[in-house]
Formats: sequence, C-alpha cells, structure tokens
Amino acid sequence: MEQLHIAELVEKYLKSELNPEEKAQFEELRKSNPEVDQSVVEYHFFLEEMERYGQVRRFKSNLYDTHHTLQENGDIKDVQLKTRAKIINLWSKYRRVVAVAASIAGITALFISGMVSIFSPNAPIRDLEELRRKVSNLEKQSTRQISEFNKIKTKIEPGADVKFGGTSFMVDPNGFLVTSAHVLKGAKKVYVQNIEGKDFLAEIVHKDLESDIALLKINDADFASSSSLPYGFSRKKTDLSEPVFTLGFPKDEIVYNEGYLSAQMGLEGDTMSCQITITANPGNSGGPVFNKNGEVIGILNARQASANGVVFATKSKNIFRVIESLKETEKDLNIRMKGTSVLKGANRSTQVKKVQDHIYMVKVVLG
Amino acid sequence: MFFCGLQPKIKGINISKVAITEQEKEVFRSVGNNEKGAIEAVYKENYSMIQHFIISNNGTEDDARDVFQEAMMVLYEKSRSPEFELTCQIRTYLYSVCRRLWLKKLQYARRIETQVENHDKVVAVEEDMEQHEKLTQQYLSMRSAMGKIGEPCKSLIEAFYVHRKNMHEIASFFGYTNADNAKNQKYKCLVRLKKLFFAQYKSN
Repeated sequence: MEQLHIAELVEKYLKSELNPEEKAQFEELRKSNPEVDQSVVEYHFFLEEMERYGQVRRFKSNLYDTHHTLQENGDIKDVQLKTRAKIINLWSKYRRVVAVAASIAGITALFISGMVSIFSPNAPIRDLEELRRKVSNLEKQSTRQISEFNKIKTKIEPGADVKFGGTSFMVDPNGFLVTSAHVLKGAKKVYVQNIEGKDFLAEIVHKDLESDIALLKINDADFASSSSLPYGFSRKKTDLSEPVFTLGFPKDEIVYNEGYLSAQMGLEGDTMSCQITITANPGNSGGPVFNKNGEVIGILNARQASANGVVFATKSKNIFRVIESLKETEKDLNIRMKGTSVLKGANRSTQVKKVQDHIYMVKVVLG
Repeated sequence: MFFCGLQPKIKGINISKVAITEQEKEVFRSVGNNEKGAIEAVYKENYSMIQHFIISNNGTEDDARDVFQEAMMVLYEKSRSPEFELTCQIRTYLYSVCRRLWLKKLQYARRIETQVENHDKVVAVEEDMEQHEKLTQQYLSMRSAMGKIGEPCKSLIEAFYVHRKNMHEIASFFGYTNADNAKNQKYKCLVRLKKLFFAQYKSN
C-alpha cells in the first residue's frame, strides 16, 4: 500500500472525515495487514505531533506579538538598574588618579610630537603625495569598472517568460532581501536588478502567506555584499500623519514618491497593515516605506482599487516576526536587522541617494 | 497530576490556599485556546513580577522574556491537558514555574550556588516540568525536521499546519493549478517529513 495514501487516510481518520463505509474499510485493512497497521500507528503519532507543532507555533507567535504590543503601549517596561553600574563607581573612585595619569600622558605626547617634528620635518609631505597617487589610481580603476558594467548584458536567458514583479530591498547587507510574497507568485526563478541595471540570481528563502512577506537571498558570484545598510527597521508605532517616502520600480527606472500615514489599520481592520496616502503603481509592491528618519516602517503591498492614493503596507514588525520565526527552524540563518538608521537628520535627497543602492527590482521567470 | 498547596520545600515560605475564582479558571481555559485577550491579560498581570524576579537574581531583560514565555508555554500545555485542574492562582503557578526554570538555568551556567532570593509563595511543579521537557523535546525534533526538509515543502506544510490555510488558498499561492495537486504535494512532503522526524526523534 502506498505511503501517500496511508498518510491521507490516517489524517482523515484522525479528523473524523471518513464516512462510515470508508472507516470500516480502513479498519479492516488495518486488521488484515500488520504492516499497514504499524504504519498507521506511526502516522497517528506523527500527525498528532504535526498538529501540536502548528499549535505551539501559533501560540508562540501570539506570545511574541503580545510582548511587542504591550511594550509598544508601555504596559511593560524595561527596568532601570537599581545600583549604579560598577564602571561608574570605579570612575568616581579613581577620578583624580585618572586625571593625573591623563595629564602626564598628554604632556609626554606633546613632547614626543615636538621631537618628531624637529627631527623629521619632511615626512608628512611625502605621505600626502603618496596618498594622492593612490586616489588617482582608484579613479582609474573605477572608470574601468564602469566600462565593464556597460558591457554586462542581462543574465536571463532569451525567450524566458519574464514578469517584472515588483520591488525588494535589503534587510541584511549579506544579500538578504524582502519583498511581498505575492510578487513571487508562480516563480520558477527569481532575478533581482540593482539601480545600475545589473541582474543577480536570487533564491526564495521563505514565503509567509499570512503577512504577505517573502525573503530572498542573492545567490550570485557577482554579488558583493556591503558592510552595512544605511537604514534601520522601526519597531515603534508610526503616528498618524507622519510623512513617509518610498522607492520602487513601477517602471524600468527607480521612482521616488512621498506621502503620509493615513490610518493605523489596513483594509477591513487588518492590524498587520497600515494605510498610507501615496502614489503607487504596480511594481511598487514589495518596496520599502521609510519614515522621516530613514527607518523602514513597512512594505508596500496593495492599493485600494476604488479609491485614489490609498495604499496599504505590511508593518515592519511583521518582518521581525517572520525572520524570528524562520530562525526557529533554521538555526544557521544569519540575518541581523538593524534598529538604528544613520540617515536620521539628513535631508531627503541625501537619504534617497544612500538608500537607493539597496533597492532592487524583482524579475520573476514563470515556470 | 498537579500538586498545588503542598507543603513548601523551601523554608520560610508560607503557602496559603486561595480560592480560585471562576474568572481565573476562564482565563486559564482561554490561554489553552490561544486567545489573544487572555494571553494579554496574563502577560499584563504577571510580567513585571517575573521581570523583577529575574533581574534581581542576576538575569537580564532578555532572560526575563525567555523565562516568562517558556512559563506561558507550560501554562498553555497544562490548560490543554484534560486531566489538569487549576487549583492555585495563575500568578502563583507562573511564578513557581519561572522560579524553577531560572534556578535550573543558573545551576547550568554555574553562575551562583542556586540561592535564589524570593519572598513569594511557590507550589511544586516538578512533574509538570518533566512533562514540559518531554513535549519540548518532541517539538524540537519536529522543528529540526522542518529545518531539513527544504522548500517548497517547508512553506507548504507551514501554510497548512501553522497558518491553517485551506488547500485552495495554498494552491493559488504556490501556483498549483488546483487544490488536488497541492494536496498531493502536501502528502509527498509529509512522507518525507515523517522520516526526518523519526530519525531525529529516535536519536534524542
């Protein structure tokens, strides 16, 4: 008897979905065939475990959300340490000693630098020249790189059924991108393209139906990871009317748009999303929504057909949740999401300039 | 089995029996049904106490969150088990579990000689903890099997068993032409997952 069939029968049996006739047949089969019976016992245990696994995962995610919400509303707080930290105590105790030591060190340093400047007056100038030459070397290298860029053609094989899905952006500089899960519908292969028009092959790490979030990983030898991302991810609630902006690929070229948070909930009271008033077009799906500090507050995923400029975004806390629950099953998944943004206080065009290198167009090759 | 109101194991702690209100029992039942409102109420009511306990015993805020959430997990398991009856306050029970969890962690890390400050009442939770460890082991076996199975099986099984999507939703989301194809794929994945699960389960 086929394993597939047993699995199906046992599951239906456990959920009492078999009709009396089927049930009798099934019980007869168990009696007559000890091998099947053994298999049924195993499946019984396994499927119960599977159900329980699902329940535990749902409970855990509920716990996580509750913690998050209560923290957001200030119902639970981080505790202040009662005693002053040890290091501060040491500081107040040894302040005088440190001051004396520091002034001695200062005087010594001044003396030594004086000696150095007396005995070797020409050294700094030579260093400077060298530095300049290095810079011009770099310049030459970079022009060569640009010409190489222009030579590169698309990697996607001609004739493939390509759909320009949407937008994605980095969550971790090592090539992890997030986008909307619906962008990847029916994908056999996924390519992402940066603002310079270069394609990279990406694999789908995870798709989460619930929050419409997908995680991609660039899997391409040509991809060079950067050291860190300029933007961070917000864990806080965004206030109504707060200005937001987005970057995306509704056409071949990256497009900027700005708007404001118009409602805390999405369509029909959906608490996972929020509502934004902004201009968005197909292709903007999966794009990041930034607040004025350059922190990601959500992922654009839908617009209301019946109203103008009403767009919905999955809140960024869902990205945290998806990645956290993914780490549950994949221990060696090394994704770190930054909280702080280095773009705070910078003007908008500087923010956009810094951010745009980490926004990618998603091209989906249909299977 | 559960022993509530047994004599204390640690000197100087006074356990007095408190009547359990119907409301408390209702909250307890609702936690077992994974109801958001109940979880939030229990969280709000008890988290600061546990946080205080952990932090004043050499723990960090992250420790407090982990320990509290694990204790919530135990509460959930108890609420789902048919033979368990709540005979002491949720607050007392949670505190006892957290205390036990934290003591064990401290012993394990050998950070201090198991001397935990406490001024509250506790109940015996040893048997519950044994049961919890067994269930956790099974959960971890499944988790590790899920980690090994790869895509698209992992997402597909998660969509069905964790997110409780129906086969039509799954079919359209994963791009299968109909629900039957998706269902077939699901059973194929289950057969593979079962093998991985038992391999893991037996090795533990």
